[in-house]
Amino acid sequence: MKMQYGAAIVAGLVVFFALLLSPFVVGKAKTYKQPELKLPVGEKQCIESTEFMRREHMQLLNDWRDWALRDGKRTYINHAGKEITISLQNTCMKCHNNKAEFCDKCHDDAGVSPYCWDCHIQPEGLK
Amino acid sequence: MKNNRRTFIKIAGLAAAGLAVAPKATLASGGHSPVKVNKDSAHAKRWAMVIDTTKINTDEDFAPLIKACHSIHNVPDIPGNQNVKWIWTAPYEQAFPEQLNPHLDDTVKERRYALLCNHCDEPPCVRVCPTKATFKRPDGIVAMDYHRCIGCRYCMAGCPYGSRSFNWGEPREHLDLEALNPEFPTRMRGVVEKCNFCVERLAVGKMPACVDASNGAIVFGDLNDPDSSVRQVLRERFTIRRKPTAGTEPSVYYII
Repeated sequence: MKMQYGAAIVAGLVVFFALLLSPFVVGKAKTYKQPELKLPVGEKQCIESTEFMRREHMQLLNDWRDWALRDGKRTYINHAGKEITISLQNTCMKCHNNKAEFCDKCHDDAGVSPYCWDCHIQPEGLK
Repeated sequence: MKNNRRTFIKIAGLAAAGLAVAPKATLASGGHSPVKVNKDSAHAKRWAMVIDTTKINTDEDFAPLIKACHSIHNVPDIPGNQNVKWIWTAPYEQAFPEQLNPHLDDTVKERRYALLCNHCDEPPCVRVCPTKATFKRPDGIVAMDYHRCIGCRYCMAGCPYGSRSFNWGEPREHLDLEALNPEFPTRMRGVVEKCNFCVERLAVGKMPACVDASNGAIVFGDLNDPDSSVRQVLRERFTIRRKPTAGTEPSVYYII
């Protein structure tokens, strides 16, 4: 049986799949590189291990917010038993004093835009 | 074989009983208890404030208090009727509309009265808040979680004292960005805000900013402690509270 408009349909499919698969061909040359963060100069140890912070910082910040604000408990005891004051602005950002070079690098890369800085004041100050 | 099954069931029963007795926390996280209250924080069962209006009663008297409060909490000064206020002043007939009589002493009538969130025992704002963004802490402070506020303004409708302000615009447009207090966040557009009895200062053992700035004209302390400074003042002096018929039981008292 002869296909109606066969040539046009096949040509269309070829163009469609070429476009669909083009990112795999074009993007193959580049390999993903993790953004290079500017780490605090004076400090060696964050409040928890690097792996923990990389994986859990969003969960930790969410817990911190509720513990400090709603439960009134503002001292965090880390897994090593050290006591830390719960505060984004006064604890985290005192060491990580460059939002653009620390927070934004990964967040821009991952395409997430948390709204922390709508209220909290970034360590560089507001312009 | 028979014997084995018996011992197995015995041990299983013992293990189950042991699980029921063992504290849950040790099973879940290996005994890691991650948070506690700051060790130098100020504690009370019920925080309350007494304002001595015989000592402090003009706009000039209150200006430094308002400035102290608004500057440490990054409260913007917006011209017009969209202003955000944590502490402000009003004449007697606005502050105490139910306790007015036509022949009231002129000195009482002419005074200015500092108004702020009353941190009520029965706060209507907490009852009507659909997201529980406004909540009452065990120590009596009516606090706000701006992360959860959706800006519905039910609390503004519920509050009989007009103690809440809505951020109609971007509050940072009306703040001096050079002079912000970097220790305390600003607010964003579309949330309600109010006085928080300086919970962040109480958490580090300091008194509220207005109390510190008042040179003793404002007393702050624990209402549940019969020996506290607040209770002592309330025993010795005549005090009134705002709108008693609203039934909200405010914790801000005024010496008249």
